[in-house]
Amino acid sequence: MTLDQLPIGKPGKITAVKGEGALRGRLLDMGLIPRTTVVVRKVAPMGDPIELNLRGYELTLRLDDAKEIVVEAEQPAGKE
Amino acid sequence: MVFALAGNQNCGKTTLFNQLTGSNQHVGNFPGVTVERKEGVIRSSNQDTVVDLPGIYSLSPYTSEEIVTRDFLLKRHPDGIINIIDATNIQRNLYLSMQLIELNIPMVIALNMMDEVRANGGTIKLKALAEELGVPVVPISASKNEGVSELISTALQVARERHTPKRMDFCSGAVHRAIHSVAHLVEDHAERLGIPSRFVATRLVEGDEPMLESLALSDNEKDMLEHTVTEMEREAALDRKAAMADMRYTFIEKLCADCVVACHESREHARSVKIDKVLTGKYLAIPVFLTIMLLIFWLTFGVIGGFLSDLLSMGIDGLTDIVSQGLTAYGINPVVHSLIIDGVFAGVGSVLSFIPTIVVLFFFLSLLEDSGYMARVAFVMDKLLRKIGLSGRSFVPMLIGFGCSVPAIMASRTLSSERDRKMTILLTPFMSCSAKLPIYGVFTMAFFPKYRALVMICLYVGGMIVGVLCGLLLKKTAFKGKPVPFVMELPNYRLPSPKSVALLLWDKAKDFLTRAFTIIFVATIAIWFFQTFDTRFNVVENSADSMLAAFGQWISPVFAPLGFADWRASTALITGFSAKEAVVSTLAVLTGTSTAELPNALAGMFPPAAAVSFLTFTLLYTPCVAAVAAVKREMGGAKYAAFVAAFQTGIAWFVGMLVYQIARLFI
Repeated sequence: MTLDQLPIGKPGKITAVKGEGALRGRLLDMGLIPRTTVVVRKVAPMGDPIELNLRGYELTLRLDDAKEIVVEAEQPAGKE
Repeated sequence: MVFALAGNQNCGKTTLFNQLTGSNQHVGNFPGVTVERKEGVIRSSNQDTVVDLPGIYSLSPYTSEEIVTRDFLLKRHPDGIINIIDATNIQRNLYLSMQLIELNIPMVIALNMMDEVRANGGTIKLKALAEELGVPVVPISASKNEGVSELISTALQVARERHTPKRMDFCSGAVHRAIHSVAHLVEDHAERLGIPSRFVATRLVEGDEPMLESLALSDNEKDMLEHTVTEMEREAALDRKAAMADMRYTFIEKLCADCVVACHESREHARSVKIDKVLTGKYLAIPVFLTIMLLIFWLTFGVIGGFLSDLLSMGIDGLTDIVSQGLTAYGINPVVHSLIIDGVFAGVGSVLSFIPTIVVLFFFLSLLEDSGYMARVAFVMDKLLRKIGLSGRSFVPMLIGFGCSVPAIMASRTLSSERDRKMTILLTPFMSCSAKLPIYGVFTMAFFPKYRALVMICLYVGGMIVGVLCGLLLKKTAFKGKPVPFVMELPNYRLPSPKSVALLLWDKAKDFLTRAFTIIFVATIAIWFFQTFDTRFNVVENSADSMLAAFGQWISPVFAPLGFADWRASTALITGFSAKEAVVSTLAVLTGTSTAELPNALAGMFPPAAAVSFLTFTLLYTPCVAAVAAVKREMGGAKYAAFVAAFQTGIAWFVGMLVYQIARLFI
């Protein structure tokens, strides 16, 4: 699944970051790299963009850009 | 010695810069781009300066902010780097530090907001952190001015003793091998360019095109580089960019695991989440935002700004009267009297009249920006502006355009991308400013007394529609290509520091006065001159005989397709360039009536369809001279300012013509 589909409040683990050029560079620089855990905090009132929490800070991302990030729902703690 | 102050956005960089330099700052642009460059002398030492670099997250070459930072560090060879990082968000902040370290310039890390970390029960093992990174780390609190003098002395020491970072090798495994073999490969080229080979190697492994071009590698060397990278990608099972980011973050994670004892959730963060329940909440976000903006407008243009403006104009009028009487008593030549009173005093008055608005508006804007609310507005409003190729960041400057274009254009400075800044500046003047209201008032009174509100709403909406269309046009032409990605941090809410707010107000007021004064002043004097003399340089009794009127007469045929080839209309439009309110007063003078009687006079002067096109033209044509001066300042050149004036006037003529030709069929 991609990040735009991750349910609000459920942690997900990034498995791949697609896209290209400046966008991809920016995503990686901001710490959205494979193995990182992210949580979708909320969706903006008009339905886009979304607010994420990762590495202890909040980041906003447009849905189109979130589609470039592949995530898997994280196993509940203890099962890893 | 020259120090570079580098760091992420929202890490307190501006606050630290203000603490380091006080009000002794010089603000300009980096050559060739609209990226702000602030420089100041460090307070405790008189010969050392610090340059505030743009807030960036990486040294990659994607945005003009990143490029100027890189160029500054590589080509201007500062004696030292002060890298400020936010201790409450240490992981992402260290990502830039690791790239800065590779530049091999003496460096010190200023660990900001340590007080916040401590207050929440967290600790950072400073000694271990400094040891692992190989650069000194000084804990500070920029907002409380704690640790700043120690930071200065450490920075001076590392620079004086040329203490370059002790360590650069943060990598391991496949990436490590790749960087080392590439560093070896490009050593001679890097030396020729005077760039550390380690930095070159990391950039090349990451796939940095501008760096690759500047090196001019031979084909053989390029092949070897690509071979090394392919090998690394295979081994690391990640592509080159992801592998590099992964290498840095892996090191940072390990470093933080060793040195940082973070609290579970800081109070500041918990508070931000609570505030955001309302401010970015599904139902309340937009109403709350609109209420805040209305309040700011009401206070700026109504209560406080109005009071200050009245006070100011009372002062100016009083002074003008005294001087005028004094001059008359002295028996001075009437032309000189007119020059001083109608030219100089009127000119100075019109410059000063902007000051209350600018100061009050920027007071509120800096509260919005420094508290962290502006980022939320961008988050909430992004969807609206995306279609025209902008982001939510541009929303507030454009909204301010409805009050006055001058502070709106100045407010675009806070946008973090040069492309967005330029485009916002070009589109803001389409938002109908409050100085145009008197024109709308008089014309609707004269021609559409029953539908005044409707016509005015149509004008405001029409301006926005034309703005959107121009945005689409610009997106397809001048600003083609991918916009800067909207990947934006939402910082924790913080109380703005009074010192930063005060310095910003001082900076904006000074900036406006010094830069705009010359242009506005000269323009006012020029208009006075053309209004006072006829073509044979005789003083005119009636301004209908003046040079300005002659010029208005001469260009009036241009407006024939718009239906108002009347010299009085074109003359009024010219004076409107000095200030939009002047359109009304000029029309009153030229028609020989008082402003109150003007609607009746106008009704006989224009057919209704021409009135509509005249209103459309005033809505869209060149912003006033103060706004054009602000454009020149923010875009860094008279060329852009002239373009904005011509572009808007062209559009105004075209749309006005369309409106007239269509309206003629109906009215």
